[in-house]
This record gives sequence, structure tokens and C-alpha cells, in this order.
Amino acid sequence: MNAVNASGWRPSMGEAGEGAGFKTASGDYGLMLEEALSFELGSSEKCGVDLDTPSRPAAAGLSKFLRKSAPALPGLTEPETVRHYTRLSRQNYAIDLGPFPLGSCTMKHNPRLNEKMARLPGFADVHPLQPQKTVEGALEVIEQLADWLITLTGMASVAMSPKAGAHGELCGLLCIRAALDARGEKRDVVLVPESAHGTNPATAAFAGFKVQSIPATPEGRVDVEALKAKLGPNVAGVMITNPNTCGLFEPDMKAIGDAVHAAGGYVYCDGANFNAIVGKVRPGDLGVDAMHINLHKTFSTPHGGGGPGAGPVVLSEALAPFAPLPFVSRGEDGRVHLVEEENAGEGHAQAFGRMVAFHGQMGMFTRALTYILSHGADGLRQVAEDAVLNANYVLRSCEDLLPAPFAKSGPCMHEALFSDAGLAEGFSTLDIAKGLIDEGFHPMTVYFPLVVKGAMLVEPTETESKAGLDRFIGSLRSLAQRAKDGDQSLHSAPHFAPRRRLDETLAARKPVLVWQGAPGEPGTPSLSEIGGS
Amino acid sequence: MTRYFSQEHEWIEIEGDLGTVGITDYAQGQLGDITFVDLPEAGATFGKGDSVAVVDSVKAASDVYTPVSGAIAEANGALADEPELVNTQAETGGWLFRITLSDASELGALMDEAAYKQYVESL
Amino acid sequence: MRYLPLTPADRAEMLGVIGADTVDDLFVDVPAEARLSGPIAGLPLHASEMAVERHMSALAAKNLSAGTAPFFIGAGAYRHHVPASVDHLIQRGEFLTAYTPYQPEIAQGTLQVLFEFQTQVARLFGTDIANASMYDGSTACWEAILMASRITRKTRAVLSSGLHPHYAEVVRTMAKFTEDDIVSLKAELVAEPDDAAVIAQIDDKTSCVVVQYPDVMGRIPDLAAIAEAAHAKGALLIAVVTEPVALGMIEAPGALGADIVVGEGQSIGVGLQFGGPYLGLFGCREKFVRQMPGRLCGQTVDAEGKRGFVLTLSTREQHIRREKATSNICTNSGLCALAFSIHLTLLGGEGLAQLAAVNHDKAQTLIERLAKVPGVTVLNDAYFNEATLVLTRDAREVVRELADRKVLGGVSLGRLFPEDSDLHKGLLVTATETVTDEDIEVFARELEGVLA
Repeated sequence: MNAVNASGWRPSMGEAGEGAGFKTASGDYGLMLEEALSFELGSSEKCGVDLDTPSRPAAAGLSKFLRKSAPALPGLTEPETVRHYTRLSRQNYAIDLGPFPLGSCTMKHNPRLNEKMARLPGFADVHPLQPQKTVEGALEVIEQLADWLITLTGMASVAMSPKAGAHGELCGLLCIRAALDARGEKRDVVLVPESAHGTNPATAAFAGFKVQSIPATPEGRVDVEALKAKLGPNVAGVMITNPNTCGLFEPDMKAIGDAVHAAGGYVYCDGANFNAIVGKVRPGDLGVDAMHINLHKTFSTPHGGGGPGAGPVVLSEALAPFAPLPFVSRGEDGRVHLVEEENAGEGHAQAFGRMVAFHGQMGMFTRALTYILSHGADGLRQVAEDAVLNANYVLRSCEDLLPAPFAKSGPCMHEALFSDAGLAEGFSTLDIAKGLIDEGFHPMTVYFPLVVKGAMLVEPTETESKAGLDRFIGSLRSLAQRAKDGDQSLHSAPHFAPRRRLDETLAARKPVLVWQGAPGEPGTPSLSEIGGS
Repeated sequence: MTRYFSQEHEWIEIEGDLGTVGITDYAQGQLGDITFVDLPEAGATFGKGDSVAVVDSVKAASDVYTPVSGAIAEANGALADEPELVNTQAETGGWLFRITLSDASELGALMDEAAYKQYVESL
Repeated sequence: MRYLPLTPADRAEMLGVIGADTVDDLFVDVPAEARLSGPIAGLPLHASEMAVERHMSALAAKNLSAGTAPFFIGAGAYRHHVPASVDHLIQRGEFLTAYTPYQPEIAQGTLQVLFEFQTQVARLFGTDIANASMYDGSTACWEAILMASRITRKTRAVLSSGLHPHYAEVVRTMAKFTEDDIVSLKAELVAEPDDAAVIAQIDDKTSCVVVQYPDVMGRIPDLAAIAEAAHAKGALLIAVVTEPVALGMIEAPGALGADIVVGEGQSIGVGLQFGGPYLGLFGCREKFVRQMPGRLCGQTVDAEGKRGFVLTLSTREQHIRREKATSNICTNSGLCALAFSIHLTLLGGEGLAQLAAVNHDKAQTLIERLAKVPGVTVLNDAYFNEATLVLTRDAREVVRELADRKVLGGVSLGRLFPEDSDLHKGLLVTATETVTDEDIEVFARELEGVLA
């Protein structure tokens, strides 16, 4: 031998052992990282932006309005900021990580081309109030998307400005109110199925209507006879979700529409579940007068942790004249125009008003149009087929273990509905949901719709591979079996998530909505304190 | 003092023409942890069966109906800081409001304790 | 197709498990006459990334973007420099593709951001509390009026003439369908905001007064005086902030007596984007918390005693209260709130104050230079980063002619107030930290040319 190991480094495997069982000093555990609040980490003197210095003091006119001291907001330099938010991001589940089978949310893959196109300066760095001839390309994006939405749904026109699905629902209902006002009729009741999403009755009330509920049949559809019995000169219309919140197509949709129209009312369709039928069925063929489309569901714009969304509303011939300002239309000069209060004129005298400042969610329009152009008519049709196929695959693969109330009567659409009947005493949907978190999945929608006890609504979407579905099904079956066998560990799930179950009662009884520490307090608390050691 | 019960799980304790109203122990068990109670103002008048208060748990908000018509005499101020009294003392310290009855004959439509117990078992 | 993972072999196998022959068997509940037999005629088929990029880039190229021309437009949306790290962080998949944090155990990233955001908004506005964002400033403004009506049990709302006309139009539209009675004051081309006229309108039936700060012409109302007058009659003051960077320099509305403060957060972290998505900010007094619309994030502990965050006070919201909810709102503006929060964290309080000072400095340079152009008078006594000029002719034409010369020279009051011909010579001009001295010189020169 010529040289003995001078560094002293002798790697060894060590023993696996029973588990560490000790607490770290930092409060972090490997890549499971805790993170304090920016208010605890930063200070108002720190700044991650190099700013110019003003060349002179404030103008005399402003002096009586000046604040006495800078706002009490903590700052962090760029490295600290990047670290803070990167560490926080790792405590989130996301579509990019795995299946997100939330029924009626359509958590499909968010294509990155959408993000690239939305960031082109010609879309991202233009002001809504620029002279129209300097933004014709942007107006054409809106027009092209509007044309696609109208053609896909078989409707006459579309109001593009609503900022989210619920906002779109409001737009549709206000078009209905405006149409009734134009006929000189006062009808103040809207019929809403009891299985409807909460936004439906909330929106109806917001629009000044009284809500009457329509029951569901044992087959999970709207009770058409009960609905017809409630029609009358006082009913402005009905709000129907199709496919409905049980994941089933309403086969009597056209008959419902005909009956409502015959009674002088209008049909509003909640388009949250459009992913099941896009390119396969046109709501316009079923008698719909207004339908909102959630661009963040069917058309892949990102959910972003809760928003922003976009909810354009397609409209029938009957309701089109009442669409709110502003909107985009092609003029006689062949150019695309933004029609707002300044140039609405006589041609749009019946617009019911304006729902929002500026023109709508342009950032979502560029993303949705990019998605639609990528898929094309054939791709979109395939989206619906694969979405429905995936949901039925989950349904048939689990129905022996988890009761599926409507599985016997036929296929489901893009989402499969299970209930918790038949689990061991004391075990419920909540246990399966929290158990799924330990399995590495986001839970499905739970306890909705209300018409099924302990509802579990699973919507895989078309962007799940078969292998991904099989893994999910394996976990769901395992959990269903554990719940039937009375496995107590489910009651304290999740065990492996960044947090255990949280005390929501405390949060509601004693709401703490802002940081309670004093502004600018020095020092960082020990992270092991945050970690609860 | 006599106590009556409604099918909507309210109890009412009568003394003279004053009724103290709360929700039953069965109801609070169904609701789970109560986080907030929205109570009526003194002086407000209601008809029998009107929604008079709202009891919030984390994931639900339940209307409470008055079993009798009348005017609100007072609401239970302790519930502002301690809504959990409705869980721990539903049929005593967790009372919701007191109402001056305008029509004592309405009590005839309510159940007594035994009848309410039977009713709950049948659910 | 690049976004669809199922192969033909997968589909065949899955149909076998399901017990169906074709996927159309799964659409059996759709009446035959409603079933489309193939892809809708007349629509293009799928396209590659390259083809889509070509199409979208051509459309983008037809627009004059703010970075390529001297740019002086504000009026409710402002061009500020957003630090590069903001856009990278919001594109992390764990933020971009996450959902509303209804399962808090695996959403602490989103929830902690919302808690920090709420705290930032409350501190910026000078209110006790703030919510987790709304769609935008204009809808937040309407929600505030509804909230005031719930609190005061009165229905009369007075809108200052300095409120952005789009916001006022949204309020008037929504109020057509409710019991609310809206009084809109008429805008005048005068140096002072309409404080006295607003105060004169407050009576015992008034639920709230709505005052924009700074107002749509860049003037700055005396919120303290208006608050005092409102409170004396049992009414609430709703302050509307469309340029939150101003609050780095001028006093917070909450500190001046505003009961509810709403605004547009677009200035901080969220780009112009031709009008959306934007960011509604909403703050108010703590005692009003159960009347607030929108999502709220609260602090709590988990089963092991660790601090954590959850959405709370959900019984106000549509998914529980349905027709009795405080609002029908479901989605918030989560990703924009994240961008706002990151940008504001990078700035810090002193940074925001300095940014505001730079904005005001640029605006002073702009206004002083334009005042020297023949035919231009400056309206405002006071302004933050935007002010109104009075020209010798209709400003709408002037703006179009400036655009022909590749200068984005402000917003004509005629576009904002088409019905008020007495305002049509007004031109609202804005300068932020992104404006250079050369830009100002070009604007002045071209304006002189147009007005000559």
C-alpha cells in the first residue's frame, strides 16, 4: 500500500433501525420543511427590489395627505423571498403531482403552452383602455374564443365578461330578468333542483329571485313531473345542471326546456360539467337559453389555489339582446370592435348594464383559446370520450366495495358517485377522504351532492393515464376495505401529510384572520417552536 | 314551569307568559361543535314557526324556529363568547332566547318530554 | 394527442372491464337526436404546439404593447415593474395547479399565503381584517355596498362622482335587481374632489357613501371629514382604492375612518393583461366579520399542536348557506393574490414607500412638462401618480392621433364619461416608475404637434 486513507472518511450503511424517534433542532425533517410567516421572517427595512431615489420631495398639494411613517409590512430580499415561497409551495398537493379527482371541478392537466402564450407581451402588457386600433389582435382573440364557444354549444351569442362561474350564473339570470322586464312581466321565482351546487340558489337570491326546490328521483335525475307542477306565470325559469351533480345526463332535458318555454320561462344551464359532453352534445340543441362555461374546468385554465376563473355565458337568440356590456363584435368595416358605453348606441339598447370593470379575464381567454386550438374539434370530442371512459372505469372497478347508488341503472358520465352506506359502524366518507391523503392523493369531492348520504364524487378527467387510474383505484379499494373492517387508524388520518387534522371549530369560534404579532418585532422564532416541539 | 318540545327539536320552558327556548340535546349532538349563534333582537316579533335564530357549526348553519308566536324578551348574551354552551348545556345554560307568548293555545300543538323522546327514537 | 394519455389498447381494455362495446354505449342517456355523429363541421382539427404558437404570436404581434411605446395610461389599471422572481414563483406547479384549500392538511402552502395576504391587505388599508380576495375592485365595491346594507339595514348608497365610471356602472347595474337605491353624483371638471357634495347627500336613510381615493381624475378626497359626516348619520364610509401603490405615500383609508375599504390589487404583482384577471381587495372593521363576503383564512392548530391555517367562517358562504349566503362568490383570485403577496414581500413597507415616492416624482416631472405645452391646463391641485389635463378640444381625438404617432398618451374623460360632454376636453395622464424622461419628452413633443 502506498497511501493510507488520509481523509478519515469511511462510508458505512448503518442500521435501518426502528425509526429515528428524535426531534430535530430545526423543526425540519429531511425534505419535510416547516416555514414561518413572512411577518416573522422579514422586516420593513429589508427590500428585494432596487428602486430609484426620487429627485425631490412631494408636491406641496400632497403634503396634507402624506402618511407619517411607512406601512408596517415586512420585506425580504430576493433569495429569502424565493426560499420562503418555494418552501411553502412544497406543502401543497397539486395536479402536477398526482390525480385530483374532485367531482365537478374538472382538475385536468394545465398545459404549459397556455402559460407561454398568455405571457406574450402583446397580450400581457397591453392596457384595457388603449385605443382600439392598438389592440386589435387582443380583440380578435376574444372574438375567436367566442366563436368557438358558440359553435361548440350551438348557441347564438356569448357574454364574455363574467369573471368566474358564479359570476356567469348571475349574468345569465340577469339576462333572464332583463328579458322578462322587456316583456313587461314580473316573475320572481326560480326553480332549482335540490342536488344543485350552492352557487345556484345563492346566485338566484343575489339576482332578486325566490328559490323553490325541485326534488330528485330515486334514479338521481330531476323529477320532471314535480318540476312541471311548479311551472306557472310566476316562474322566471329553471336552473339545471347537465350532466347533473350526480354525474348523470338528464335525458329529459329537452322536454324540461319545452315545458318551461311553454310556461313563459327560460332555461339556465349550469355548465360546470361540460367536460362530459364537449364535442358530443350541444346544449343549444336541448333548449338551453343561457349556460355559463367554466374556462378553468373544461378549458384547462389553471386553478391557481382557488382562482382566478372565468365564466363566459352562451346565450340563445331570445336572451342575446340583453347581454351586458362590454362585448366584442365585428363591425361593417370588417374590424373587430369593443362595444362599451361610449359606442353601444341604438344597436345595443337592451344590454342590461355592466357586470365588471374593463372587459373580462383576457389572461384566461388566451389560455383557453390556446387549449382549444391545440385540441381542435376532434381533440375536444376525444376529451369528453376519455373523461367519460375514465369515470366509468373507476365506477365499475370500485362498485363492489363502495356502494354506488345509481350504478345499476346505467353508465355515469364524467364523474362517478359513491356513498358510505355499508361501512363499519362509526366509519364514514370523512375517513376514506382523509385516508386517501395518506395514500398520496387529494380526496374526491365529499358530502356533495346533498341528495346522497356521505356522497363521494370522483372525477378523474381525461388527462389521467390508465396506470394512474389503476393506482388510484387500488388505494380507494384498500381504504374501502379498511373502513368496512373498522380500521381505527382511519379516524386519525392523515398521518403523513404536512399537517394532521386541523381544529376548524377553534378557527370558527375564535377567528384569527391576520397576524397578531406586533409590527417590526425583531428576531425569528425558532422553527422548532413552529413545528410544535 | 312546564317544558314542551317541537318536531324541529326546539324545547320551550313556560313560566307565566314567558317562554325560554333552546335546542335539544339530540339536536346539538347532530350539529356537532357549535361555533356561533345568531340571535334575535329584543322586541322583535315573530309568528309560530318563523326562523328566529341561526346556529352555526363548522360546516352547517341551522335555522331555529320559534315554537310559539310572540315578542322577544331577551337573547342569551353568554353565547357570544361561549357558543359551546349550546353543546354542553343545550337544555339548561345554553338556552337561546326568551319570548313573551301572544297565544298560549299554540302550546297545545307541541309535545311533552315523553312524546319527544319517542319521536327521537323513531328517527 | 399530446394531452391525452389513454392509448387505443388502454381504451379497449377499459371498455372490457366496464362491459361496454364502444365508448358511445356510455352516452346512452343522451337522446339520439342530440348526439353529434362526429367532430363539429367547420372547426379546425387538433394542432401542434408549433402551429398554435404561430397563430397566437401573430395575433399578439398586432397589438402595441406598453413596453414598446411611451405609455401614460392609468384609470384603474397601472403599469408597474414586477420583479422577475414573482412570475417564476407563481408558475411552480404546486401553486399554479393547486385547488381551493378545502383539504387543509395538504394545502398549507396556499393557506399560509392567504393568511399573509390578508394581513398585508389589512395593514395596507389600515383595516382590522381583510378577506382572501374577490374577482376585482369593481365587484368588491358592489359587495361592500351590499354588506353595508346588511349592517345598517338601510338601502340608500351615495356614490362620489370621483368613483371610476366602470365601478359606478357595475353598482348601478346590480342595484337594478335589488332593493338598493343608488345616488350617483355628477363628475365636474374642477380641481377639488366632490367632498362637500358627498357630505351634503348624507341623510338618516343613507347606508353608505362610496369614495374613491385617489379619485378617477387623480384628486384626493378628505376621507376623515367624510367619515365623520357619515358616522354622524349612522352611515358607513366605503373607500375605494384603485392604485394601492398610492398607500405607500398617502394615509391609509382605515386610519382615516373608513369602515370598509375595497380596491384593485392589479398594480402590485399582477400585469395589465388587457383587463384581467385582476384582484379584488376587501378589508373592514373586525366587528363586521360575519357579514363579510368571500373566503377567509384563519389560524388554528392541528392534532399535534402545530400551528396551521384553514378556511373559516364558511357558514357565510354559498356552499353552506345557499340562498342566504352573504354572496354567491365561489372562486377568488388566488394566483393573483399570490403574485401580489410575493411582490409586496419583496418591496416591504419602506420599499413600497420609496416606490410610491418615485411614482409621484415621475408624475410631477410629467405634469410640469406637459403644462408647458400650449393649450394644456392642469386641473388638479393635488395628485399622486395621475392627474387630469384640460385641453382645447375633445381629448378622444387627441388620444387617437397620439396613438397614430405611437404614443399611448393617457385616457380621455370622454371614453370614461361618454354622456358628460362638459368633461370631454379632459385627459387623464399617468406616470409610474416605468416611465423615462425620454418618454415624457416624446409625449410632450407629440402632444404639442397634435394640438397645434
